[in-house]
Amino acid sequence: MGRTAIDTASTAGHPEAVASSVAGAGPWRAAVRRLVHDRSAVAGLIVLALIAAVAVAAPLVAPYDPLVQHDIVALKNQAPSLAHPFGTDEFSRDVLTRLMYGGRVSLAVAFLSVLLAATVGTAYGAIAGYLGGAADTVLMRVVDALLAIPRVLLLIAVATLWNGLEITGLVLLLGLTGWFGVSRLVRTLVIGSRDSEFVTAARALGAGDTRILVQHILPHVVSPVLVAATLGVGNVIVIEAGLTFLGMGVQPPHASWGSVFHDGMNAFASSWWVSFFAGAALVVTVLAVNLVADGLREALNARQLPAR
Amino acid sequence: MRRFLARRVAHGAAVIFIAASLSFLLVHLAPGDPFAATLDNAAIDPAARDRWRAEYGLDRPLAEQYVRFLGQLATGNLGPSLMYHRPAADVLADAVPHTLLLMSTALVVSFVVGVALGAWQAAREGSAGDRVAGTASLVVASLPEFWLGLVLLMLLAYRVPLFPAGGVVDLGMHDALSPIGRVADRAKHLVLPALTLALLGAASIARYQRAALLEVLPQDFIRTARAKGLGERRVIWRHALRNALVPTIALAGLSLPTLLGGAVFVEQVFAWPGMGGVAASAFAARDYQVVIGATMLGAVLVVIGGIATDVLHAAVDPRVRAR
Repeated sequence: MGRTAIDTASTAGHPEAVASSVAGAGPWRAAVRRLVHDRSAVAGLIVLALIAAVAVAAPLVAPYDPLVQHDIVALKNQAPSLAHPFGTDEFSRDVLTRLMYGGRVSLAVAFLSVLLAATVGTAYGAIAGYLGGAADTVLMRVVDALLAIPRVLLLIAVATLWNGLEITGLVLLLGLTGWFGVSRLVRTLVIGSRDSEFVTAARALGAGDTRILVQHILPHVVSPVLVAATLGVGNVIVIEAGLTFLGMGVQPPHASWGSVFHDGMNAFASSWWVSFFAGAALVVTVLAVNLVADGLREALNARQLPAR
Repeated sequence: MRRFLARRVAHGAAVIFIAASLSFLLVHLAPGDPFAATLDNAAIDPAARDRWRAEYGLDRPLAEQYVRFLGQLATGNLGPSLMYHRPAADVLADAVPHTLLLMSTALVVSFVVGVALGAWQAAREGSAGDRVAGTASLVVASLPEFWLGLVLLMLLAYRVPLFPAGGVVDLGMHDALSPIGRVADRAKHLVLPALTLALLGAASIARYQRAALLEVLPQDFIRTARAKGLGERRVIWRHALRNALVPTIALAGLSLPTLLGGAVFVEQVFAWPGMGGVAASAFAARDYQVVIGATMLGAVLVVIGGIATDVLHAAVDPRVRAR
C-alpha cells in the first residue's frame, strides 16, 4: 500500500489527484474500518445477511413446501407450536416456510428495482450535469415534474392502465419510478466536479468527454449513490408491501411478505400470527437496511482527504 | 420577494404542465383502449361502441387528442368516472378536502413534535435520553404506514375502544349532535389516521433536525451568545433553532409527495374518504379517469405545497430569495 516516490512528487499539493491515485487503497479501506466499528450498522448487516441467506437458500432450508396444503382440516389455522414456529394459515400452509419463500420475492424485487433506479438515475443525472446549460435545465425540469407526482399514485395509475402487473412489470415500474432523486443527486455532484483540477488535467491530456465522465467523475458519485440506493431498498420493500396490501402488487402464484400479510388480515381476529410475523419480517428487514444505510453514510462521509 | 414568488409560480406551472403531459402519455402508452374494460363487452352494439369512442375523441390523431386534453384540463374537466357515473373532477373534489385535512394535520403535528424532539436530543447529545430517542425515531421511521395504522387501529380502536375504527364521521349519530359535538366527532375520527402519518413524519424530521442543530451548535455565533451570558434554553431556542429550522422547512416541502403516498395507505386502513382511498377503489374498478385525475391532482397539491414552503423558506432565510 506504500506510495512510490513518483506518486508523491507528482501529486504534491493536489489533494484531488492524491485521491485518484490512492483511491484503490486508503480512503476505501478507512471507510470500511469505520463501518466495521459502527456496532449498529454491523448488527444491521448481520441481520440482513441472515435474512438474505435464508431467502436464497429457502428451498433447502424451509421445513415444508410453501404450496402444499398438508392436512386441510387438521392443520388449518394452528397457533405457533414446535412443529410450526410461526403457525399455519387458513390453507394449512406453514407460515415460516411462506415467509422464507416470500423473502425471495420481496428482496429480489427490492434489490433489482433499486439497481435499475440507481443505474438510470446516475446516467440521467451525469448527462444532465455534464452537459449543463439549456439541456440541463430541460432535463431537470422533467425530473422536477416527475418528483412532484406522488410515487404511490403513479404506481396505482400504471397498475390501473395496464390491468394489473406481472412481477417483471412490477420490478420495472418500481425501478422506473425511483430514479428521480438519484438523478438530482448525481447531477449536483457532477456539476461540482466538472470544473475541478483533475478534470482540467484529464482534458489537457486529451481525454474525451465520455472518458472524463466515466473514469474521473463517476467514482466520486459512487458513495452518495450507494447510500441513497441502500435507503431505496428499504423504501421499495415498504412500498411493495403496501401495494400488495392494496391488491395491486405481487399476485399469486408469487407471494411476497406483503402477500402473506394481506392474506393474514382476513382472519386476523382468530389467527393473528400470520400477519404478525409477516409484519415483523418487514419491520426487522427495513430497520436493518436503515441501520446499514446510516452506517454507510457516516463511514463514507468521513472519507474526505485531510486539508493540506 | 415578489419576483421570487413569480419565479416559483412559473416553475410550478411548468411542472404541472409537464406532469399533465406525462399523464396523457401514460394513458396512451398503455395497451388497449382506455375504455377496454367497459366498452369491449361483446353485448354492446359495435355501432354504439364506435359512437362512444368518437364522442371521447379516441379515434382522432394523437396530437389532436393532446390539445383537446389540455383544453379540458384548463376548464377543470377530468373526464367521466366510469365507476361513479359522475364527472371524475366531482368525485375528486369531494375527496380532496378530506385528504387536505388529514395531511395538513399530520404535517403540522409531525413538524412541531419532530423539531421539538430533535432540539431536545441535540441539547443532550450523547446522553441516554438522546440515544433512546434516536433509536425510537429510527425504528418508527422504518415502519410501513399501513402496518403502523393497523397496529394503532387494533390497539386504540379495538382492544381499548378509545377511538372510532374508521370513517370521517359517525354515520349514525353525527347529524343529531350539537355543533360542538359535531366538531368533536370529526376530531375523534381524525386522531388515529393523523397520528399514524404524524408519527412517521415526526421520526424523520426529528432525525434530520437533530443533525441540523448539531451542525449549528458548534458555530461561533452560538459561542458568542453563550459568552454574553444567555441561558442555554434561550441560546438553543432563540438563536440555534432559528438557523437549524431553515433546512427542516425545506425538508417539509420535499416530503409532501411521500406524505401523500403514505396517506393513500392510511386512508385505506381507516376508510378515510380521501383522494388516496378513491384512487385505490378506482384501481379495483379500472376507472382510469379517476386514477389519472388523482395523479395529476396529487402533483398540483405537491406543487402548491412546495411553493408555500419555498415562500416560508425565503421569508426565514433571505439568502434563498437571491437564487
